[in-house]
Amino acid sequence: MLTAIAIAVDGLGFAAWLFLSSVGLTLIYGVMRILNIAHGGFYALGAYASAWGIGLYMQTGNPVGFAFLIIPVMALIAGVVAGLAIERGVLRFMYGRDEVLMVLVTYAMFLILEDVTKLIWGTDSYVAWQPAYALGTIDIAGIPYTGYKFLIIGVAMLCGGLLYWGLTHTRVGKLLLVVIEDREVSMALGINVTKFFTITFLIGATLGALGGALTAPEISVVPGIGAEIIVMAFAVIVIGGMGSIPGAIIGALIVGFARAASVHIYPPAELFSIYLVMAAVLAVKPYGLFALAEGRKI
Amino acid sequence: MTVILETRKLKRTFGAVIAAHDINIKISSGEVLGVIGSNGAGKTTFVNMVTGYLPPSSGEILYRGENIVGLPTREITQKGICRSFQIPQLFPELSVLDNVLIALSVADNPRPALFKTAVNPALEKRALALLDRFSIAQHAHREVGVLAQGIRKLVDIAMATVAEPELLFLDEPTSGVSADEKMAFMATLISALKATETAVLFIEHDMEIIETFSPRVVAFYEGTILADGRTEQVLTNDKVREFVIGSEFHRTEATAEEEA
Amino acid sequence: MTQFDRTELTLFAALPVLVLLSVLLPSWIVNYIQVSLGTGMVALGVMIQMRAGLVSFGQGLYFCIGGYAAGLAGKYFGITDLFALLGLGVVVALVTSVALGFLLRRYREIFYAMLSLAVSMILYGLLSSTEELGSTDGFNLPVPTYLFFAPEGETARLTLFAITATIVILSAVVLNRLLRSSLGLVNEAIRENELRVEYLGTSAHMAVHMTYVVAAVVSSMGGVLWALALGHVDPEMTNWTTSGSFVFIVILAGTGSIIAPLIGTFLLEILRVYAVELSPNTWQMILGSVMLLTIIFLPKGLWSLVQKTSPRKRFDPDTGDAVAKGV
Repeated sequence: MLTAIAIAVDGLGFAAWLFLSSVGLTLIYGVMRILNIAHGGFYALGAYASAWGIGLYMQTGNPVGFAFLIIPVMALIAGVVAGLAIERGVLRFMYGRDEVLMVLVTYAMFLILEDVTKLIWGTDSYVAWQPAYALGTIDIAGIPYTGYKFLIIGVAMLCGGLLYWGLTHTRVGKLLLVVIEDREVSMALGINVTKFFTITFLIGATLGALGGALTAPEISVVPGIGAEIIVMAFAVIVIGGMGSIPGAIIGALIVGFARAASVHIYPPAELFSIYLVMAAVLAVKPYGLFALAEGRKI
Repeated sequence: MTVILETRKLKRTFGAVIAAHDINIKISSGEVLGVIGSNGAGKTTFVNMVTGYLPPSSGEILYRGENIVGLPTREITQKGICRSFQIPQLFPELSVLDNVLIALSVADNPRPALFKTAVNPALEKRALALLDRFSIAQHAHREVGVLAQGIRKLVDIAMATVAEPELLFLDEPTSGVSADEKMAFMATLISALKATETAVLFIEHDMEIIETFSPRVVAFYEGTILADGRTEQVLTNDKVREFVIGSEFHRTEATAEEEA
Repeated sequence: MTQFDRTELTLFAALPVLVLLSVLLPSWIVNYIQVSLGTGMVALGVMIQMRAGLVSFGQGLYFCIGGYAAGLAGKYFGITDLFALLGLGVVVALVTSVALGFLLRRYREIFYAMLSLAVSMILYGLLSSTEELGSTDGFNLPVPTYLFFAPEGETARLTLFAITATIVILSAVVLNRLLRSSLGLVNEAIRENELRVEYLGTSAHMAVHMTYVVAAVVSSMGGVLWALALGHVDPEMTNWTTSGSFVFIVILAGTGSIIAPLIGTFLLEILRVYAVELSPNTWQMILGSVMLLTIIFLPKGLWSLVQKTSPRKRFDPDTGDAVAKGV
């Protein structure tokens, strides 16, 4: 029973973190048909920027409360700057190219971002535990959980809700949904696709950076976290169906609970359980649970 | 003449849309027949079903007495039913010769050999002879993707014939070929196919071509067969005139306007 | 009866040159050549798949399987015979790839890339968390023996190099045959238009499966040879970033010739050594930029610069390349 509760809470925590880290990826794929490996780079940039910013702020001796503001601000700066540089600087010249080619292009961007991160922040690890510590712990069935975990769950729900509201209640969002569902029609309708691509890419990049920025207080930020997150994010969105936002939620929950279950039942399986679940889902549903429709060929 | 293909009550639905129903067609060996009907009448759906691309919702497809429903495309090809496509399905970055060489190589070895060299002078000779028959040998070394639509159509059809099919479906062979070249194009095509004993079913919108090249016509309308018989009978049939040829006339007019 | 084309003759000619160089050149360079021969085999595995339009972002799986099969056989059963280790690596890779191939062959494009990545990461997770398999540190391999020959010191070094070079060259010749076989043709056709392939009367799934298995086998051989050259294996072999570097090599070198990825691997290895020395924090940036520039300006890779005539000459009766007269 205790294990079940622990799996439930941890699973939800993992799922929230995974959703935040991967929803930008699925959004970009859905709208732009670019499987963006550089997403891992956005995550790492966000994490470094946030850890560095919090570290600087805490040195001033001011109350910890404002440190929470640093997280989204840093994510926004990192996401917008890196996103603009990549989208305006490289990707826009390659729209309409083969999807596999775009994977290779974003892989190249990922490699570059990795070193940009190293050049800015070096190879030392950064810790910014203060915000996580400040929220204390909450006991559930006798097990202490960090309050920060619940903050992440809350933020994930907020982001999911905002995204849902934005897509269904704003003009831009509605048009984005049209682009996701039927690209050809949307082009024919004369939607300014280029503008939407830029907006989408910036939102996606910022979400990726936010995933990293929010995680920073819980971990030690070191080189290589971008490479780690990107495969997990792939697993999440591939399970849910690439390009589908509800799919990202379901994917994050499946992966989150699978990981939590293995942590509590058989810890050595923690890492590979994620990929095992992904391979298992794909063996049954080749294009994920909420696959986008493909057009008629002949 | 023996009947080689017979479809019985063939039906296909897409959700609530009935794309084809009650399709009963018999095709005899070596015959040439044209299929007419406006867009969405179920012509391509019929070809897609017979060639295994699209499983029928119900009904039977008998090829030489054997029900071939459910067989994958490649096995139907191996049995002797081949097709060309409305939009040519080629290997665009390869040369015309390469396209045909691949087709010949596959026809020779349906199970690909791992390490045995595939291309040899004999195969190239056959490939060039085939291109010659379709009057496209002069384009042999050009990349397919850059060629004109009419030439790509011929390559597409040439590739459909390499397995020496008994039954060949040509899906709108003259679409994309300019109006004044259509007749010559069809003449090249039919004479190239005459060399074999292939039964040919071709989908066509141009009634003049139908009258010239096909002794038998099947008219499709809203997913079912409106008329099937000798060309002069079908083309003078009132219903066909009203529902099929009438719309074809408008279509031709509209296309002409677009082109102008 | 047996005909060798220009690529194969070049490969055969390269073998004595390589062996000679291993005696003449300083040992550190020889070591780099040897290591890159091992990884070059994996690049070849990636390349033959890429000819079919399939980008494997998980070829490290078989690289690692080869290395670990050899390593574990040495560690737990005391097997040191190179041919036995090689055979073992190949068998494990063969069985794994035949099984996984049934899943992978259904996927194309980015889905193939992602799924191959996922299965390679399953092994990564498994190895890094299993103490008996060396965990994240991996473990060391013994010095190989050859049937009844157990050389030591300098002789051991030169023997391993000569054997490695021979195996790699022979494999490359065999793979060159694959490119020219009907499977090779079908693979190119699958890259271009799979629908037509099915309509021509052959199974694209089967061709992809066969190619996947062949790629797995060569990659595992590369893994065994690489592991023996280094004397060490660890889970990084199957991390996706390792697989990514193999993809990088093939993009850079091009898929025009079987020789291209082998040379590309070596150049990259040398470049890496100097770049890491000069500026350790910009190495990946250089890689990324080079990759980007290659994709934009040399879509067929560096080999397209070497290959002056049209890439289609393979079938051109005038050059006689496809039908080169035998020796």
